[in-house]
Amino acid sequence: MTTAAKRLPRESRPADVRDAGGDFDVQKLRRDFPILRQRVHGRTLVYLDNAATSQKPQVVIDAICRYYERDNANIHRGVHFLSEHATEEYEEARRTVQHFLNAADASEIIFVRGATEAINLVAQTCGRTNVHAGDEVLITAMEHHSNIVPWQILCGEKGARLRVAPMSDSGELLLEDFEKLLGPRTKIVALTHISNALGTINPVQRIIEVVRRWNIPVLVDGAQAVPHVKVDVQALDCDFYVFSGHKVYGPTGIGVLYGKSALLEAMPPYQGGGDMISSVTFEKTIYNKLPYKFEAGTPHVAGTIGLSAAIEYVNGLGMDNIAAYEHELLAYATEAVSAIPGVRVIGTAKEKAGVLSFLLDSIHPHDIGTILDQEGIAIRTGHHCAQPVMQRFGIAATARASFALYNTREEVDALVEGIQKVREVFA
Amino acid sequence: MPDLRELYQEVILDHSKAPRNYRELATANHRAEGYNPLCGDHFTVYLDLEGDSIRDISFQGSGCAISKASASMMTQRVKGKTRAEAERVFDQFHKLVTGQSPANGNRAELGKLAVFSGVSEFPVRVKCATLAWHTLHAAMQGKQETVSTE
Ligand SMILES: Cc1ncc(COP(=O)(O)O)c(C=O)c1O
Repeated sequence: MTTAAKRLPRESRPADVRDAGGDFDVQKLRRDFPILRQRVHGRTLVYLDNAATSQKPQVVIDAICRYYERDNANIHRGVHFLSEHATEEYEEARRTVQHFLNAADASEIIFVRGATEAINLVAQTCGRTNVHAGDEVLITAMEHHSNIVPWQILCGEKGARLRVAPMSDSGELLLEDFEKLLGPRTKIVALTHISNALGTINPVQRIIEVVRRWNIPVLVDGAQAVPHVKVDVQALDCDFYVFSGHKVYGPTGIGVLYGKSALLEAMPPYQGGGDMISSVTFEKTIYNKLPYKFEAGTPHVAGTIGLSAAIEYVNGLGMDNIAAYEHELLAYATEAVSAIPGVRVIGTAKEKAGVLSFLLDSIHPHDIGTILDQEGIAIRTGHHCAQPVMQRFGIAATARASFALYNTREEVDALVEGIQKVREVFA
Repeated sequence: MPDLRELYQEVILDHSKAPRNYRELATANHRAEGYNPLCGDHFTVYLDLEGDSIRDISFQGSGCAISKASASMMTQRVKGKTRAEAERVFDQFHKLVTGQSPANGNRAELGKLAVFSGVSEFPVRVKCATLAWHTLHAAMQGKQETVSTE
């Protein structure tokens, strides 16, 4: 175990010693992210708040600029050159997402604002038609608020009951309890693939196999998974999979709902408006085919183009390479941070990705965050939009370092030095 | 560059580690809860008001060093004072932590609370410093609902 004392000061350490490995040259690809060159409070920025949102590579920024400089037009409605071209790019982005998730058909990819909107969409369409008084919706104890509140609203409207599958002290879902909560009243299951507060990777494939026996739909919240692991919606056999573009190096305001076509076909529309119809009279409207039935109004075309560029960037590096690199980095960080006296890691599941949540003595995470910020280190502190997770552990908040493909071991070392500094201030 | 030592002064650290008047108040006839949804800080302020004066005051809850120290020092500052004086101090304190009070300005009523001047360099921490004061204000008004900083 290295100690802070043995380390060189961070600004004078040779940059590329340990971080360059095989094809995955992190120092080289860091140059793809212009924001990382920045200095904050006079220190090199160490950005460890990737679970909140990731930074964007130049190719994504350029793709968005190019769209507005050259290609901007409304889609699906013009016969002119630009409109046709923009429509093509928009549909090309849909195919990029389709291949990224390995969906069977491009029409199963619906563009939305983000994971939150995707979950609300499913709750208010599929949920509304399938959940009735006395029925149950099953979620887990480690959900983000966005995978709790839409179901709560639905259950409130319908007189249905929200059931919550518990987790262990290490932050692992208790599968036996989960299974016991399934029953004839369960009408829909929604769970996170990876927990944003704890980093736990849920065994979603096994869980879905169990849920299958009840012949009910399963929604998987992939907001934290898509940046870190390869996702194959057909192998998972999930009915819905949702994610946000901004957490996977794409722009804000764009996200994806994947749904199996049979389910999407059967669902009523979410919002009414242009694009989602095939014909309208005052007496009757005939809805458009998939995916347009769920894409009312002018969509975020530039966002889809930026997202597509982000996915191509990630594909270029290789999701398996990214996962392997990040896995090693998280292991390094966990060991180094755990070794600091007074640190307690929250979320110690065997399978984890991207997230290191911790407490330091009785120092409030907010104070940790302020002191680290003065060192140029950005982490998140608070309840991470997962208050029930905090309640489960009997705490109000944690400090959370979360990692992306461009983070390095020397940034982890900087974090360790920063935490030592916090201890000094509060000594 | 703002200085951490300006923010985390010894007095503040001391009060955050060993908060004064930190208990439920058996004789309380007013109380209010304060909540900062951003960081989960949550305090209850208990008041024993007799007519216009604060006969006794205490608080309980959880929060960061700044919010806890602020609550602790607030209870010391306003105990035995009138409501009007407490409101005047709150006003000066608010100006201090939001940087609206010149260094040589009128801080006469603040006394020891002047150690919170460093907060003005850390805008996101203003809510931490003022949470207890907002809660005291609500308790004096006799409001029962939770006050929120958002
Ligand atoms: C697990 C999880 N689900 C859903 C969301 C919501 O994502 P968005 O705010 O982009 O809709 C987040 C974002 O923090 C998340 O971490």
